[in-house]
Amino acid sequence: MSILNKTIKETSELLRARKIGVVELTREYIKKIEKDNENINCYITVCEKEALDAAEKAQKLIDEGEASPLCGIPAGIKDNICTEGIRTTCASKMLENFIPPYSATVVEKLLGQGAVVLGKLNMDEFAMGGSSENSIFGPVRNPWDNTRVAGGSSGGSAAAVSANMACFTLGSDTGGSIRQPASFCGVVGLKPTYGLVSRYGLVAFASSLDQIGPLAKDVTDCAIILNAIAGFDPMDSTSVNKEYEDYTQDLEKGVQGIRIGLPKEFFDIGLDDDVKEAVLNAVRQLEALGGKAYEVGLPSIKHSVPAYYIISSSEASANLARYDGIRYGYRSSKARDISELYRLSRGEGFGREVKRRILLGTYALSSGYHDELYKKALKVRRMIFNDFNNAFENCDVIAAPSYPVASFKIGENIQEPLKMYLGDIYTAGVNLAGLPGLVVPCGRDKNGMPIGIQLIGKAFSEKLLLRVGYALEKAVGTFRPGEGN
Amino acid sequence: MDYEVVIGLEIHSELKTKSKIFCGCKNEFGGEPNTKCCPICLGMPGVLPKLNKKALEYAIKAGIAMNCKISRFSKMDRKNFFYPDMPKAYQISQYDLPICYDGYVDIEVNGEKKRIGIERIHLEEDAGKLMHDPFGQGSLIDHNRCGVPLIEIVTCPDVRSAEEARILFETIKTILEYTEVSDCQMQEGSLRADVNLSVRPRGQKEFGVRTEMKNLNSLRAVQRAAEAEAKRQIAVIEKGGQVIQETRRWDDNKGESFSMRGKEEAMDYRYFPEPDLVPIVVDDAWLNEIKASIPELPLSRKERYVNELGIPPYDAGLITMNKKLADIFEEAYKVCGNPKLASNWIMTDILRRINEQGDSVLDSLNGAKFGQILLFLEKGEITQASAKQALDTFLETGEEPESIINRLGLKVQRDENLVLAAVKDVIEKNPQAIADFKAGKTKAFGFLMGQTMAALKGKGDPAQVKKILEEQLNAAINE
Ligand SMILES: [Zn+2]
Repeated sequence: MSILNKTIKETSELLRARKIGVVELTREYIKKIEKDNENINCYITVCEKEALDAAEKAQKLIDEGEASPLCGIPAGIKDNICTEGIRTTCASKMLENFIPPYSATVVEKLLGQGAVVLGKLNMDEFAMGGSSENSIFGPVRNPWDNTRVAGGSSGGSAAAVSANMACFTLGSDTGGSIRQPASFCGVVGLKPTYGLVSRYGLVAFASSLDQIGPLAKDVTDCAIILNAIAGFDPMDSTSVNKEYEDYTQDLEKGVQGIRIGLPKEFFDIGLDDDVKEAVLNAVRQLEALGGKAYEVGLPSIKHSVPAYYIISSSEASANLARYDGIRYGYRSSKARDISELYRLSRGEGFGREVKRRILLGTYALSSGYHDELYKKALKVRRMIFNDFNNAFENCDVIAAPSYPVASFKIGENIQEPLKMYLGDIYTAGVNLAGLPGLVVPCGRDKNGMPIGIQLIGKAFSEKLLLRVGYALEKAVGTFRPGEGN
Repeated sequence: MDYEVVIGLEIHSELKTKSKIFCGCKNEFGGEPNTKCCPICLGMPGVLPKLNKKALEYAIKAGIAMNCKISRFSKMDRKNFFYPDMPKAYQISQYDLPICYDGYVDIEVNGEKKRIGIERIHLEEDAGKLMHDPFGQGSLIDHNRCGVPLIEIVTCPDVRSAEEARILFETIKTILEYTEVSDCQMQEGSLRADVNLSVRPRGQKEFGVRTEMKNLNSLRAVQRAAEAEAKRQIAVIEKGGQVIQETRRWDDNKGESFSMRGKEEAMDYRYFPEPDLVPIVVDDAWLNEIKASIPELPLSRKERYVNELGIPPYDAGLITMNKKLADIFEEAYKVCGNPKLASNWIMTDILRRINEQGDSVLDSLNGAKFGQILLFLEKGEITQASAKQALDTFLETGEEPESIINRLGLKVQRDENLVLAAVKDVIEKNPQAIADFKAGKTKAFGFLMGQTMAALKGKGDPAQVKKILEEQLNAAINE
């Protein structure tokens, strides 16, 4: 079995046992990227030199007996998470040449543990999209079937893990952007509780919804990464100051007596039969292990997609206003005065989907529509939050699909934004309520494409989610592209 | 027709916190362009603001000093608009839940107290500055001021004349100085006022159409702009025209205002709550702590000076308008024990120095040391002239007053033999004056007195000199 197939835990053990050196390991990954990236297109930037330097440092730490579990582990970072000295493009022409003079807090934390950053990962422009096709660098291809999308917006992050082009990756999730691609690519992805992981250095899409999280080969790896990146950050006022938890502890405690809620609204209509069957089968597996399934209700969830698009686009319209061609980023050379400079730089620098969201958000905040759209969406958000709270009175975790279908073809939905938006029905509500969501592979559809079940928990219940995910993973097993079928 | 002027002010004041409102950059005026900024105040991708608690404290302090209610729960909002000196293309400000609201300040107009309502005080960030590119044709941006904390004080339209507007501006300025939340350096732009003004026929209940004049940065400009705008609006109405709601730019050199073509009216700022910051909660303990830190304010200080220390109202008003001056007075009179002596010196000597050298002279004037000089004077140990000389030297060198007085030998000369010798010498050298004195010309006595004081190098005790001179002259006449 190739070293590239190994999990963080396994790789770390090999490094510690001197079965392989960090530099050698890093070279293996870079070789793999050189070979496959042309096809998968999950990397925008590969930083070989920085990675090899970091690898040497990590080796020293290991030689000195450094105990950190991520030390020497090669990772990829979504290209909307700032990396000092390494360009951070958000897959946009607007930031094509933007090199931040600072790193995101999560990147500092990974580097502090001795992780090796291989490069920056492809995505939908400014994280807006569900297929990683909205990228000036071209679409990410699903490692299971190259004619299919990898999901989005963290498509590069999911594909890189699935294709063994990074041992783990970081993504960001605003309305499902970690969970949906994790499901599409058959990897484990966690969207943490809002406030658990610092957003400092994450290029903002929708500030009240964005959260950085891990994508990994299995649940244990996810817990290891969360241990490294979670925690209060004085640079992020919305990060929560709470006691340190070891997320790798108690993974094996099982699901005896755990109450699993099944929202009836999620299994009613619009769900692909294969996905439905795979998710319900996973629930049956958990029941077989001692869990108890109950039906729960989320009556307001049907409004989650419109509320999500109004709130996220409103915030985005302000967050993306700073890209005005004046200080950094793309500047049109044709402008003759200041208003043309704004208009042309933004007109030429942003892609269609980004412009659509900015227009939608600007409209929703405009006087005359503000109450009817933005304020109403906030009310819906509160209702959804209450729905989840009520549901959690009768269950410990909620089991749900991640997306209405297992996957779709590149180009299939790109002309139908509304259809794409409606696909967020199972994920966006979780962001609106600020809750954690874990996606674990649980089956395949008739095309052989992986399907992930989404486990939703109460705020800061990551430990329980990971425990349930771990039990399921043990029952169902992990799987990689090319295996079986 | 008789018209009534209706004015409200919007005052922007920079807060003198050590660092900026959302980042760790130094909050200081001046410096090379773009040397006091960082990724956060430059609004670069991915950075987040962090509210400076001191800025919030200063805003609350200003609010308490202006008798406002303090919001126990409030928040910051985004105010969206594109402008090249606004790096994020939105300003973090406060919209519907300002930190302070429903307050008032009392002003004094012609000896009468008048109460002006304060609608709200909110916290926000300042923008950068556009500068003409000295080497090219375009503009350059200095971001040093980006993220400097500001409060905006919005008064109710309770002001009824240009003079009242100036007094209100000055009163608020003084309150901000007393509470030490702002240094109110108007020439540096750290305090500026917008004047909202309308006129209406006296007796009419409804307000007229108002105009706004922005960024007035002196007391004089506020009064002149208000006077000119009231005249202009009345002239428009008298001619049968209508005042247009618009923003006008006041040109202080020309003494005229110009229409800015009402582009403000089209602005929709699309306010919404700032999602990068958590709501602001002010608890009892903190509020009480801030309340306890509010010093005695100018008007109550003035009343105390008049009622308890017997200082004339005009003098007390002038002294308390300037916090530094009032603090110097306070210390000086406590040391010398004679409030009137201290206020007289301030009203004459110190005000003259301020007129000649500017406010900065107060920085080198320590109130207690000034009081020590006055105490020497009060005890008759030095003369008025010596006190001035001692003060000059103190302001130059900062030396201890006692050491100055000893070093320069300024103490009054009371050695009777020395004074007698000087008197005798003067009488001997001025026979004409003696003759005049004998002839009943009293002016001659003053001349001889002066000659004697000069001989004693100004250090004679005038009473003693006078007594000995009189004795000697009488003796001379009777000879
Ligand atoms: Zn700064």
